[in-house]
Amino acid sequence: MTAVPPPAPLTAEADEQPNIRVPRKLSRAEKRAIAIKGKLSSPWASGIAIVIAILWTIPTFGLFVTSFRDKSDIRATGWWTAWQDPSFTLENYQQALFGSSTSLATYFVNSIVITIPSVVIPISIALLAAYAFAWIDFRGRDLLFVAVFALQVVPIQVTLIPLLKQYVSWGLDGSFWVIWLSHSIFALPLAIYLLHNFMKDIPASLVEAARVDGAGHVKIFFQVLMPLLTPAIASFAIFQFLWVWNDLLVALTFAGGSPNVVPLTVRVAEMSGTRGSAWELLSAGAFISMIVPLVVFLALQRYFVRGLLAGSVKG
Amino acid sequence: MDWFLIADTPGHKFALMVVAILLFVAVMGVILFGVDRIKRLPVWVTVLGFLGPTLLFVAFGLLYPGVRTIWTSLFDARSENYVGFDNYVRAFTEPQFQVVLRNTLVWVLLVPLVSTFIGLVYAVLIDRTRFESFAKTLIFLPMAISLVGASIIWKFVYEYRQHAVNPVTGEELVHQIGILNQVLVWLGIPPQQFLLNQPWNTIFLIVVMIWIQAGFAMTVLSAAVKAIPDDIVEAARLDGLHGIGMFRYITVPSIRPALVVVLTTIAIGTLKVFDIVRTMTGGNFGTSVIANEFYTQSFRARDYGLGAALAVLLFVLVIPIVVYNVRQLRLAEEIR
Repeated sequence: MTAVPPPAPLTAEADEQPNIRVPRKLSRAEKRAIAIKGKLSSPWASGIAIVIAILWTIPTFGLFVTSFRDKSDIRATGWWTAWQDPSFTLENYQQALFGSSTSLATYFVNSIVITIPSVVIPISIALLAAYAFAWIDFRGRDLLFVAVFALQVVPIQVTLIPLLKQYVSWGLDGSFWVIWLSHSIFALPLAIYLLHNFMKDIPASLVEAARVDGAGHVKIFFQVLMPLLTPAIASFAIFQFLWVWNDLLVALTFAGGSPNVVPLTVRVAEMSGTRGSAWELLSAGAFISMIVPLVVFLALQRYFVRGLLAGSVKG
Repeated sequence: MDWFLIADTPGHKFALMVVAILLFVAVMGVILFGVDRIKRLPVWVTVLGFLGPTLLFVAFGLLYPGVRTIWTSLFDARSENYVGFDNYVRAFTEPQFQVVLRNTLVWVLLVPLVSTFIGLVYAVLIDRTRFESFAKTLIFLPMAISLVGASIIWKFVYEYRQHAVNPVTGEELVHQIGILNQVLVWLGIPPQQFLLNQPWNTIFLIVVMIWIQAGFAMTVLSAAVKAIPDDIVEAARLDGLHGIGMFRYITVPSIRPALVVVLTTIAIGTLKVFDIVRTMTGGNFGTSVIANEFYTQSFRARDYGLGAALAVLLFVLVIPIVVYNVRQLRLAEEIR
């Protein structure tokens, strides 16, 4: 933890050998790196950081190792003894995905089918609304914007039962439609707020120039704003994706327990209740449900962090 | 019509998904086309084109149900007789629900404080080290995992096996398979039923949430720490501040707005925590919290009045934190 970028060559040294090195001043980052060196990066500091990192990794690592161990091994000994007699198998994953008692493959498909429209629909609607709030002048605009924004405080628990009753009376309960609709509704206030913030950051002169050229709202929206908004859309899309994929409450309420609709999270949570000691299935099941968000997260971490710093946290 | 409602093969499901998206795109296309092509539309028609879908969704899915739930909370279990504030009185006075309120309070106090503290310390410790981005990813990873997945990971950490030792040789007859109980055995302490023993089981559930939220705190605070102006750090260093002094007098005060945002954001998330309790204990053994009790009362006990009252309670508790959070967020943005 004492590693810092090497300091730039000092000016004095460069003066002695003028033709070899071009002297340059220390950048701010380098100055700070030097300043910090020897302050916090004591052995103690490194030790604490390493302990935290290990504590944070062990639980996942343990279950990960377990998911590849033989059923009888899992019951007999702890996963930390696996290195003594290494024998690993994919049998648990095979069982969890296609075994008749779990058949997670079906639920995996459900999760995908639930998630994609639940990301596309709210973002499209929110983009339109954010555009109107940012670039169309109309009376009561600010009031309406604050009202939509304020709806973020409504916890989804408050809405579940009236919505469910409505869906039942329409005969739509337990279908994908109500899950798509519900996720879209719950995403809107935050999505509008964030996308509006990003849209406001685009220089007004760009939009004005397009207007002078005779471009209508639709043209401005697609040709001027959309290209600039892509990173913002990407960060919110990742958040919404993770949120929907990882959701339990909405699916538990609206999917009606039908294996044709229920996503992975609901099924895995159910297994944890009914087959709590079948760790060979639970461990593999947990990782099957986690693999997609983990890949998305690791591949797009940059956008994820940006979204997080912009306030993409569902309250 | 059934084709749209019941899909039982993967192909059918994907087809349905594509149809839904196309349908949506078509509707939006018609709206936009109309707004764009018809000349000399009054402004309000254009605005309605852009805002209409949002207003419809939000009014149907947030506004109306919210009001409806508040109304329901004033009626009895089957929504037939008006009972005034009886449901709220029950929620506050019956011992069974007082445990729920107490647990919620413990969650909302512990999770934000501990995870923010750990996140901050870690962010400062790894700031500008060679392994910074790798070290961050390790702590941050739990944020990508579902709360259900996290619950299973930790249930395995807490897994308990009946302790049995050969009385003569002292050799273990049953091996622990949960790491935490194994650590206890190594230390010579008998293994514990972490998720059953009250009142500490609530703490062991809280640990899961801290495990998840510390990554969030770390990321936001790390960005805030990096944004502290160099001249302040420089000046403090010349004044002889080091290590913990620097942390206490420079780092923490400089990132105060970010700290408040992190604390309140985590508090809001924690108030609504449902998945962890549901998956790990189902709210049994005295571990229930408001969000879980809402679910139990509404969907298991079918006491709609009480369920609604608990949801409204959640709503009321969240409002002040959100308001404070938004104000601090504004403040933090102005400083940035």
